[in-house]
Amino acid sequence: MTTDAVVVRGLEKTYGDIQAVRGIDLTVARGEVFGFLGPNGAGKSTTIKILCTLASPTAGSATVAGYDVVKERDEVRASIGLVFQETTLDDYLSAYRNLLFHGELYDVPANDLPKRIEEVMRMVGLWDRKDSAVATFSGGMKRRLEIARGLVHAPKVLFLDEPTIGLDPQTRNGIWGYIRELRKEHELTIFLTTHYMDEAESCDRIAIMDAGKIVGEGSPEKLKASVAKDRVQLRTKDDAAAIAALKERFEIDAAIHEGQIRFGVTSGEEFLPRLFSELGAGIVSVSVARPTLDDVFLSFTGRAMRDAEASAGERNLANPAFRQRRH
Amino acid sequence: MTSDLRVIKVVWQRELLRFWKDRPRLIAGLVQPVLYLFVMGTGISAMVPVTSGVPFRTFLFPGVMCMTVLFTCFFSAGSLVWDRELGFMREMMVAPVRRGSILIGKCLGGMTAGTFQAFMMLIIGAIAGVPMTPTLVVTLLLESLLISFAVTAFGVALASRIRSIQAFMAIMQVVLFPLFFASGALYPLRGLPTWLEVLTRFDPLTYAVTPLRVAVLEASGQGALAPMVTWGSFVVPVWLDLVIVGASSVVALCLALPSFSRTE
Repeated sequence: MTTDAVVVRGLEKTYGDIQAVRGIDLTVARGEVFGFLGPNGAGKSTTIKILCTLASPTAGSATVAGYDVVKERDEVRASIGLVFQETTLDDYLSAYRNLLFHGELYDVPANDLPKRIEEVMRMVGLWDRKDSAVATFSGGMKRRLEIARGLVHAPKVLFLDEPTIGLDPQTRNGIWGYIRELRKEHELTIFLTTHYMDEAESCDRIAIMDAGKIVGEGSPEKLKASVAKDRVQLRTKDDAAAIAALKERFEIDAAIHEGQIRFGVTSGEEFLPRLFSELGAGIVSVSVARPTLDDVFLSFTGRAMRDAEASAGERNLANPAFRQRRH
Repeated sequence: MTSDLRVIKVVWQRELLRFWKDRPRLIAGLVQPVLYLFVMGTGISAMVPVTSGVPFRTFLFPGVMCMTVLFTCFFSAGSLVWDRELGFMREMMVAPVRRGSILIGKCLGGMTAGTFQAFMMLIIGAIAGVPMTPTLVVTLLLESLLISFAVTAFGVALASRIRSIQAFMAIMQVVLFPLFFASGALYPLRGLPTWLEVLTRFDPLTYAVTPLRVAVLEASGQGALAPMVTWGSFVVPVWLDLVIVGASSVVALCLALPSFSRTE
């Protein structure tokens, strides 16, 4: 069956008076790395919980791997791998035992199970630590082990809720390495949430969530293009003449900021050759900056990601991973 | 069906691994009964040398054995609260399996742990001078299996409603000691003041201790003097005691399942 990996229609979730998710629509194609971006408290985790059958929607519907998350719970559960924000490993058991437990629980054929476990543990580089108790693992190793565990039963969709939160940059890069490898070598759909802008850039497609709603959706490139122009910064021998020339030849209103001429163009890279041929030898230096997802978030929500998080409340202040990021 | 059995097996195995790795608890679980049996039992023997036709320590032994099972199985059930606190519960909750299978696996784990400790108590009992026969050993172990399962089921029914390990510890104090003291584990069921007699008859543990005691007294040739449970003039036969224990475990499982199955 060639269905989309995740289809969400009009999904709502209300906890008491709080509307955590306010009617969202989503489609994630098979084999896609889909990023769910937004500040803490935007409703990302609630949405993931519903998709993983850990919470029931108040309204709307969702299917994962072609199965309805309410009516076909067990089928959904068998088709997904899950890595939560908090660890869900048994600290007292060895790494291998944790994966064995998982494989048996998911009814992986007994003959394939040892091979599967070795494969996924080698992938995350933990095979040589297979007999160590999980309690002796660092935070990064635990996360890697959880990703491995999520793959033991060969799921169709892997959900990663903030997979790299609180990890050092090297481990984060490592985890992204696995994610790319998984997409390339297995036909795996990856659905992840993040509030790191740079991670969202690595996704095939992202949806921006804010206050329970999806405010923007598309490839990182498309989203960036829809938002802002590339920013060109220019230094010349004669700034006044250059500004006049820009106005005359390209109808661009440029201005001087911090000693440089600055202006926006739709496609900076294509603009540069024309700029050189028109302005010629007067140019001392040029830089082109692409719009970032920070710019995208700002334009869709009207506030910077940082401010959106600051307003998400006291809860985050207790979260060391969050503090670390703010520094 | 086969996958249900597999789930039960793997949950059971994990319980046993954790029980076996937790040596301090394994040993601590035996210290208290040993104190009761050797120190308290010996002390009280000085006042009451013979009870129901046997030395007091022999009389006390089934009660202490029951206590061991009670505490071991309750701790075992408490691992559910740990699992929840440490997040591992989620791993089980999102799996495509029947919650009932996980529950049964947990109870079988507690049952095995409890029976293992009961077996250790048999050795300690033999050292304390309780006359042992092969029939007695087999009878006590079989009865321990049933009692352990029931106590674990009861513990799980409580544990699945409790969110923090501290609360579980507190509840254990409040629930276990009254259950134990009102069960007739430490004294005969006859000649009690009416209020205590009524209390013992309502304590499910009474029906767990009695078959153990009857078996021990029979092995000492004093079966006729065994203090059976009576309801008015009706003497409750041992088989009915065991049926009551079995039925309580079914009730406990039914109470445990809904709160255990709740999503988040």
